[in-house]
Amino acid sequence: MTRQETAPPRPGRGTEPLIFELSSPGRIAYSLPALDVPDRPVDSLLPPSALRTRPPELPEVSEVDVVRHFTRLSQIQHGVDIGFYPLGSCTMKYNPKVNEDAAALPGFAGVHPYFPEEVVQGALELLYHMEKYLCEIGGVSRVSLQPAAGAHGELTGLLMFRAYHEDRGEHRTKVLIPDSAHGTNPASAVVCGYETVEVPSDSRGGVDLDALRRLMAPDVAGLMLTNPNTLGLFDENMHAIAEIVHEAGGLLYYDGANANAIMGVARPGDTGFDVVHFNLHKTFSTPHGGGGPGSGPVGATRELEPYLPVPLVDFDGRRYRLVYDRPKSIGRVKSFYGNFLVVVKAYAYIRSMGPDGLRQVSEDAVLAANYLMRKLAEHFHLPYDRHCKHEFVVSGVWQKERHGVRTLDMAKRLLDYGFHAPTVYFPLIVPECFMVEPTETESRETLDAFARVMAHIAEEARQQPDLVKAAPHTTPVKRLDEALAARKPNVRWQPET
Amino acid sequence: MNGFPSGYRYTKSHEWIAVEGKTGKVGLTGYAQDQLGDITFVELPQVGRQLKQGEVFGVVESVKAASDCYAPVGGRVTAVNGRLETEPDLINRDPHGEGWIFQLEITNAAELDSLMDVETYTRYVAEQGEKG
Amino acid sequence: MSVKHRYLPNTDADRRKMLEALGLRSVQELFADVPERVRFKGTMDLPPALSELELVRHVGELAARNATVDGYVCFLGAGAYDHFIPSVVRHITGRAEFYTAYTPYQPEVSQAVLQSIYEYQTLICELTGMEVANASMYDGATAAAEAAIISSYALPGRRKVVFSSALHPEYRETLRTYARGPKLHLLEVPAEGGVTPVDRLREAVDDSTACVIAQQPNFFGCIEDMAALGEAAHAVGAHFVACVDPISLGVLKPPGEYGADLTVGEGQGLGVPLGFGGPYLGFFAATGKLTRRMPGRIAGVTVDAEGKRGFVLTLQTREQHIRREKATSNICSNEALCALAATVYLCTMGKQGIREVAEQCLKKAAYAAQQLEAAGFPRTFAAPFFKEFAVRSAVPVERVNAALLEDRIIGGAPLGRWYPELADSLLIAVTEKRTRQEIDRLVARMGELR
Ligand SMILES: Cc1ncc(COP(=O)(O)O)c(C=O)c1O
Repeated sequence: MTRQETAPPRPGRGTEPLIFELSSPGRIAYSLPALDVPDRPVDSLLPPSALRTRPPELPEVSEVDVVRHFTRLSQIQHGVDIGFYPLGSCTMKYNPKVNEDAAALPGFAGVHPYFPEEVVQGALELLYHMEKYLCEIGGVSRVSLQPAAGAHGELTGLLMFRAYHEDRGEHRTKVLIPDSAHGTNPASAVVCGYETVEVPSDSRGGVDLDALRRLMAPDVAGLMLTNPNTLGLFDENMHAIAEIVHEAGGLLYYDGANANAIMGVARPGDTGFDVVHFNLHKTFSTPHGGGGPGSGPVGATRELEPYLPVPLVDFDGRRYRLVYDRPKSIGRVKSFYGNFLVVVKAYAYIRSMGPDGLRQVSEDAVLAANYLMRKLAEHFHLPYDRHCKHEFVVSGVWQKERHGVRTLDMAKRLLDYGFHAPTVYFPLIVPECFMVEPTETESRETLDAFARVMAHIAEEARQQPDLVKAAPHTTPVKRLDEALAARKPNVRWQPET
Repeated sequence: MNGFPSGYRYTKSHEWIAVEGKTGKVGLTGYAQDQLGDITFVELPQVGRQLKQGEVFGVVESVKAASDCYAPVGGRVTAVNGRLETEPDLINRDPHGEGWIFQLEITNAAELDSLMDVETYTRYVAEQGEKG
Repeated sequence: MSVKHRYLPNTDADRRKMLEALGLRSVQELFADVPERVRFKGTMDLPPALSELELVRHVGELAARNATVDGYVCFLGAGAYDHFIPSVVRHITGRAEFYTAYTPYQPEVSQAVLQSIYEYQTLICELTGMEVANASMYDGATAAAEAAIISSYALPGRRKVVFSSALHPEYRETLRTYARGPKLHLLEVPAEGGVTPVDRLREAVDDSTACVIAQQPNFFGCIEDMAALGEAAHAVGAHFVACVDPISLGVLKPPGEYGADLTVGEGQGLGVPLGFGGPYLGFFAATGKLTRRMPGRIAGVTVDAEGKRGFVLTLQTREQHIRREKATSNICSNEALCALAATVYLCTMGKQGIREVAEQCLKKAAYAAQQLEAAGFPRTFAAPFFKEFAVRSAVPVERVNAALLEDRIIGGAPLGRWYPELADSLLIAVTEKRTRQEIDRLVARMGELR
């Protein structure tokens, strides 16, 4: 019997076997030049005790097997290039192809990070200008391109807070975080050694100012804020918030996940933030790669700038240089200079858009979100009835109460109609939440089509709730049992014994 | 969600305790397990551990939630329900019986007075439902 | 005035219709909640938009001003390696179905990403001999730092982290940065003869030690006595964290066999381009009992409503989106596409290829070291090495590298940058890509300088 016939549970029709299940002894997919130096036995070069005695069970497959396996897999995967992907807080905009070409240029992809500076001037120049562009967009004084993602930027920024306060001989132990914040905010604060204190939202979805005043104390290092926040709402009290925090000696951190709404409209640095991060994989169109890599540059005002990670790139009028001699720096947060090839793509994007184009991006993103929000509000509960920015939340509470259909069910039903579902059940403060971010790269027709399908699903929830509750029906696999996966974790394939 | 056992005492954080002499058996209420959904993992306390009233004794996890559990009263852990290691869904299937989590030797029986009886807890749960 | 742009599908007519549907006259009304005093006025000072053709020319010009591993012969390693990337890798990772997806939040339409993560986890487990692996970390440095943090969480009350100066300098720097929050106490043992001295390490650990981190091969390319270092860690009840080069595992003992509790490393060598330092691939693997302490995404097997096999993200209660301030790590986005590259690479190399690539590195490096020695560049350390080794130069190392550069050869990393006492040494990496001819050229050119 072959492995496929014995291994439970089995792949089904429309799914793909594991590459290990395709393995056949002796098959190869690689070729290397013949060894052209004198061959010496491995155990004459390395101590036998350091050697492997059993080869790793990597698959033995042909090149055709590899290509077909991953190509067939790719056919059961949704992506931005396949269709609408309104995942709130993730900014799943179109990823321009030419940016991929740029990052694949051998002059970028084939450069070792320790090449001498004189032979990487093109790469350093790109980093230098990228920093300048992000400074301008963020209204900050300097930017480090080192952090690898948004959460990594948060960690960087909060360590800068810590260094800043310690420099002043102040020992502050807490970070304030609104209840609507993304999970990485409290997690990052704790990784930085802070205690977190939750700030409630007010009825308009913004920071509750009275609560903030009450919570802001001499032991608070600062406030982390996403603005527009995860409800898609711009905090109208931005100025007051900054005043309350700063007056008590605290600092303000800008989670830039939602910067797609404000380019050329409001710059975090101008609105009172001390440290900001951007997500190049959101606002600046770099692809999400099935989960990453991203890039989370961190910017700072003049006061906080000395604490940025090293190295930064400077220009002495003749040459671009990596600068390490920054005594107040928090140090490095990863190896080398950041996710450079991701930065290349974002650089290409900014150059393609120009200042007016970026402003148009934000205007179109906000217009698309409001347009869609009003259409969905005809069928779903709209918890915050005001203009949104680039994203919005609606709730499935009506459907749940009246028909027993949960937001999760409706999200799954959307998959049947060829759409990726919005983010669901986040932010936590809105029950049965859908968080929808259409982005500026979707046409009016796409938005209309999505709105029609959502209306249709609301109707289905009324007429045929069981159909929706059992969704999806047309996907390569039906609804998956996540409880089983967590109860009996099987997180790696095992060879049959 | 009726059918909370009448002899048990209840906490606001939805633990129950069934007392027999100096020993108490602790679990999660049917309401709690319903809120959590399919339970996938239970972190059990160490036998011998000394718990204070209100102290976190473990974590119960479902697919999308992780919930700290609090000791209804203080005491020393004398036994744990090992079956939960492989069958965490016992809590879903029989929260007030087979799904018990641990047993303890109660330090101060007076602490039981701060807990709710079944009527009070039933009312408390009904209010929770209205809010949520 | 609105902008016409190739990435913006909505025309002025569309915008007008959308505004009409909202009962608005201008999009500015949607920004009314942005208070006047915080509003940005004017135009951002950014270069004007380029057409696609202009952009291609512009980035092409920037790229042309960089040396590449195609135009130069590269003997530089030090944590990033010029390994061969089979064409298949680029073709698969270049499929938009993979690269335009995000974290598989809706598993029913994300089976490709999920299954490939599961395959990746399996491959990493097979290579390392560990029982569980996650879907990736940012890079080797952050993976090592998070391993230290996880160790101190898993062993409450223990905050000391011990490693030697033979751990990659940038990993040590990253660790230092990460250590501030959880207040880890870092203890660095000086390397002796290019390796971690087991006795010194044994003296450095105690019952407050959360973990010992050791790199194999270490930063100098040397082989460490991992079993002894692991024993020293375990003797005080600490975790042993192995930081390994995955390519070396084609010949070297998997960390699972010498008792590593956590295995991390830089996966760049597995099909990820050098890319001036990133994005790379941190891998993170553990023994089964640490599964619930793991940071990051993990894919697992389950069944669908019809009993068919499928894949989902699992054990998510460890993660920030559920545990928030109680999560074991703050990681959210990871390096999934680099993990896919590693998956395709490892499937392509297969059981035989991974051994062959490792053996070629080993033998070519041995040849290069021997030839350099004969040419008057003795090895700095006597310890056995894998694909990288340090040599001493009687001629200033800057002069050596400058001369090599003229000949379009990128020489080894000057160790004086991180180790002042090794200012006369170059760290030379030899991968399977280097030919005998290239090695001979390096040796000849360096020999002439003597
Ligand atoms: C509001 C917000 N903050 C932070 C993050 C974390 O960013 P990353 O995934 O790049 O680490 C996200 C990611 O989705 C987010 O939506």
